[in-house]
Amino acid sequence: MVSRWLKRFYVFLIFLFLYAPIMVLIVYSFNDSRIRGTWSGFTLRWYIELFRDPTILKALYNTILVAVLAAIISTIIGTLAAIGIHNMPGLSKRIILNLNYIPVLNPDIVTAVSLMVLYRFLKLDFGFTTMLLSHITFCIPYVVLSVLPKLRQLNVHLAEAAMDLGATPFYAFRKVIIPEIMPGIITGGLMAFTLSIDDFVISFFTTGNGVSNLSIEIFSMSKRGINPTINALSTIMFLSILILLLIINKRTEKLDERGARIEKN
Amino acid sequence: MRKATFPYLIWIFIFTIVPLFLVLYFAFTTGDSQNFSTFQFSLENFKRFLDPVYINVLIRSIRLAFVSTILCLIVGFPIAYIISREKPNRQNLMILMFVIPMWMNFLLRTYAWLTLLGRNGFVNNLLTRMGFQALDLMYNDKAVLLGMVYNFLPFMVLPIYSVLTKIDKNLLEAAEDLGANRATTFRKVILPLSLPGVVTGTTMVFIPAMSTFVISSLLGGNKSNLIGNLIERQFRWTGDWHFGSSMSIILMVFILLTMAITNKFDKEKEGRGGGLW
Repeated sequence: MVSRWLKRFYVFLIFLFLYAPIMVLIVYSFNDSRIRGTWSGFTLRWYIELFRDPTILKALYNTILVAVLAAIISTIIGTLAAIGIHNMPGLSKRIILNLNYIPVLNPDIVTAVSLMVLYRFLKLDFGFTTMLLSHITFCIPYVVLSVLPKLRQLNVHLAEAAMDLGATPFYAFRKVIIPEIMPGIITGGLMAFTLSIDDFVISFFTTGNGVSNLSIEIFSMSKRGINPTINALSTIMFLSILILLLIINKRTEKLDERGARIEKN
Repeated sequence: MRKATFPYLIWIFIFTIVPLFLVLYFAFTTGDSQNFSTFQFSLENFKRFLDPVYINVLIRSIRLAFVSTILCLIVGFPIAYIISREKPNRQNLMILMFVIPMWMNFLLRTYAWLTLLGRNGFVNNLLTRMGFQALDLMYNDKAVLLGMVYNFLPFMVLPIYSVLTKIDKNLLEAAEDLGANRATTFRKVILPLSLPGVVTGTTMVFIPAMSTFVISSLLGGNKSNLIGNLIERQFRWTGDWHFGSSMSIILMVFILLTMAITNKFDKEKEGRGGGLW
């Protein structure tokens, strides 16, 4: 009995630890006072100011545009790559998979500075394009990793059957393989999107010429002294990510059920 | 079909392999960072790093990363264990609750600790209102550790949890049938079987803790220096990319070493859910 209460208390403490900062941010986004830690009444002022702040809006625009483009491009390249890798013989498969893990396992800061050096070497202007290229680079591995398991579940004879029935390889690919692995592609794309939205370190090093995203704005604000609009922004971002996450979760649950059904048959 | 990998192979070559070799090239040369024709081979950057100022920063980074990894393990193992013994529905909910904060901008989450623990923060307000002295809770090593544990705890809990749920229940019953009490079962069966998860968790906490510069610059104040801060300064402010590259190489070597060491402990990498590879 005592140990059960102890367990409950421990779980409570851990979740308090995880959620206290987030709760504080959300509560203070409605605080009328500019000073942190003093509560002086409810207001929506910071939410209104947020949408009037040109720097934040520009940063938000960049963040979303980069995330959308990076998600689309990395999903296309990653899906094609996964299909190719799936059909490869053992050794080259292992080599490419290990290369695929480099951006996943390398510390962000090393990936970031190595890309920075590359852009200098290629004499590219730092800005939106370099940031986008970097985001695509660190997103593709995750797309590959979420499409590959779907390919393993794929029935090999499906494409063959389609081609026996007169489909060209490309037609079979488009009408048979792609729909079958679609769940993995979508999960990979959503993952790329959230990773890109959340990134700070790599964007910080690979952008320039005044182009910034939300994370970079937040970082420079935290140096200058924080504006309460950032609390409002964080609340909005938290809720949007929460919704996105619930959608992903619903999807994977459905997939798991389907996967289980396929295995049973 | 295999040709489909072609675009990605080109991409990996240009954006992963070439950049790493360029960093290596920068690390072993000196010259004007802006002008490639002035580069000359040299070990100067590595010699410069041997200065006690830099070595101390490296030691400090290793120490903080090590302590935060241990803290994550001490705090995280029990919670992973508790979650793994809940009913499946509750398990999913609790794991989801662990993941949700991870998807919020981590700068904001880390910065929020300032609101809680800063000079005019929530805790100090409470203390002064109760008649106590305000405490200096922020801008020191403890604050950096707090930030690390806060940000990286899920990386420890999730792999341990996933290994714990895969332990065959029959093994636990067998241990009980053979007369082991709960403590012995835990020590002799559960703990050894959870090792792959612990290894993965350790690597996943140690790598970002060792290389962070954000947590130390947000919570550690101006005095706080980790190797990540040194690298950031060389690339963003000082402009000595050669020295910055050599430090990146040193950081990478340290991380590869830790991964090699932790993987030694993980004999059953194949087939277990805990492995990253």
